[in-house]
Amino acid sequence: MTTREPSVAAPGPGGPVLRLRDIVKVYGTNPVLRGVSLDVSQHEVVVLIGASGSGKSTLLKTVNLLERIDDGQIFLSDTDISDPTIDVDATRARIGVVFQHFNLFPHLSVLDNVTLGLRKVKGVRKDVADERGRTLLARIGLDDKAGAFPDRLSGGQQQRVAIARAVATDPELLLLDEITSALDPHLIGEVLDLVGELKDAGSTILMATHEIGFARRCADRVIFLKDGLVHEEGPAAQVLEDPQEPATREFLHRVLH
Amino acid sequence: MSTSGDQQGVADLPGLPPTSRLELNRRAFRQRQTVRSLLISLGSTAIFAVVIALVLVNSPGWRVTQDTFFNPEYFVAAIPAVWEGLLLNIRVLAFAVVGVAVVGVLLASLRSLRGPVFFPLRFLAAAYTDLFRGMPFLIVLYLIGFGIPALGLFQGIIPVAVLGTIALVLTYSSYVAEVLRAGIEAVHPSQRLAARSLGLSHYKSLRIVVLPQAIRKVTPALMNDFVSMQKDVGLISVLGAVDAVRAAQIKVAISYNYTAYVVAGLMFVAFSWPFIRLTDWLTARQQAREQLGGMV
Repeated sequence: MTTREPSVAAPGPGGPVLRLRDIVKVYGTNPVLRGVSLDVSQHEVVVLIGASGSGKSTLLKTVNLLERIDDGQIFLSDTDISDPTIDVDATRARIGVVFQHFNLFPHLSVLDNVTLGLRKVKGVRKDVADERGRTLLARIGLDDKAGAFPDRLSGGQQQRVAIARAVATDPELLLLDEITSALDPHLIGEVLDLVGELKDAGSTILMATHEIGFARRCADRVIFLKDGLVHEEGPAAQVLEDPQEPATREFLHRVLH
Repeated sequence: MSTSGDQQGVADLPGLPPTSRLELNRRAFRQRQTVRSLLISLGSTAIFAVVIALVLVNSPGWRVTQDTFFNPEYFVAAIPAVWEGLLLNIRVLAFAVVGVAVVGVLLASLRSLRGPVFFPLRFLAAAYTDLFRGMPFLIVLYLIGFGIPALGLFQGIIPVAVLGTIALVLTYSSYVAEVLRAGIEAVHPSQRLAARSLGLSHYKSLRIVVLPQAIRKVTPALMNDFVSMQKDVGLISVLGAVDAVRAAQIKVAISYNYTAYVVAGLMFVAFSWPFIRLTDWLTARQQAREQLGGMV
């Protein structure tokens, strides 16, 4: 077996917010990611598409260090976060994550959910954090729910709160993992609209989704994953309207019809 | 009560069509069934009570037993001393509960640590809970109550109530730790994932996100352990502490009449009763919350 020389120089200032190089992830004997490389630049929205099991969710988990990679390198701005000596908690605090099933904390009020990261990770004073939390809730139209508990909210409202929780600490990068897949169809719109607003406000977003229509409207770039590899990537319009690879065409055909 | 079987008032709601004849017949049938079961259970209870009473009153030693255990004069006479003793039990219990809470949470947290680095801590915590859950409380009491003073480590005499408190904490923290661990494991892993993704450390995730939810899940079980502790606190009398049981024993030794024990027993029951009801209420509330509706 030959060993590659994977080490790349860290990108300089103004470079991509996220840079993945040859990411490999194996579960047991099942290789889920087989050498994925991609960049996400500042203010860019990059959408990952692909069938279930293509590695989208795993890829997002490796970026947030919730899964350890088996090879490759991950750079967040100019830090190699795949280096085992980095501070894992501090790194995670730089990245916002929204999950498919919201994962709000059921024993905390909506406001406390949103401000938890500010208070307990960033050490922001409670009154300052609450102020910021209320501003965020007002932005997502849920300021009247600040004192409510998550189980009183609809799925769409819960997911909007989860998004507010993820952006409360102004993370450098947002990871959205199929955030509309667990929602009733009539609730998907309000969540995607919020993602659109985040894009307009300048957030840097890497998201996995099956909402091709949304990708067409909002994504700067689309990456099609297949069998743990980047099969095709390019500007959203090009990949979605005029895919070059037969597998991409087939996938899009199945999703859209 | 608002169980799923309770259908009264449904027909009064606005916007519903008038209740059908079929449904009215079904309700009448259920009503008859309910009345019948109620009568059967009342009747059988009454018969059982009468039989027990007859057997007791007609037993050859009933007069003597009544006089030895339920003598009104001795009953009243025993109350002040036994009450005085019960206050010691309550003090010991108060300290022990705090100790159990601290040690129990610590043990449960140690047992939920992951990774090979923490194997020794996990192992020690597991060994501790295995040991003290297996050992009869009376033996723990003897070992602590007579063993620690025998070591001669401390100047002067350690009050037996303090030793009894230590023994209670040792035994009950092992039970509480196991209950809490079950609660921690019942919190869905996605909660920990969400906490860690915000950048919270393992310790903060446990303290702020996992433990509060875990404790809520196991509150009825914890209350049950508390009630059990409330009565086991009476065992510190074997060390010589003048608690309610010991006070009763002294009375009995003077009078050769056992009524004082009954006084102590009733006081323990009266003391624990509110907590027993509270436990039942919490359990019922949790059940109602988890199975909203449904026939079973």
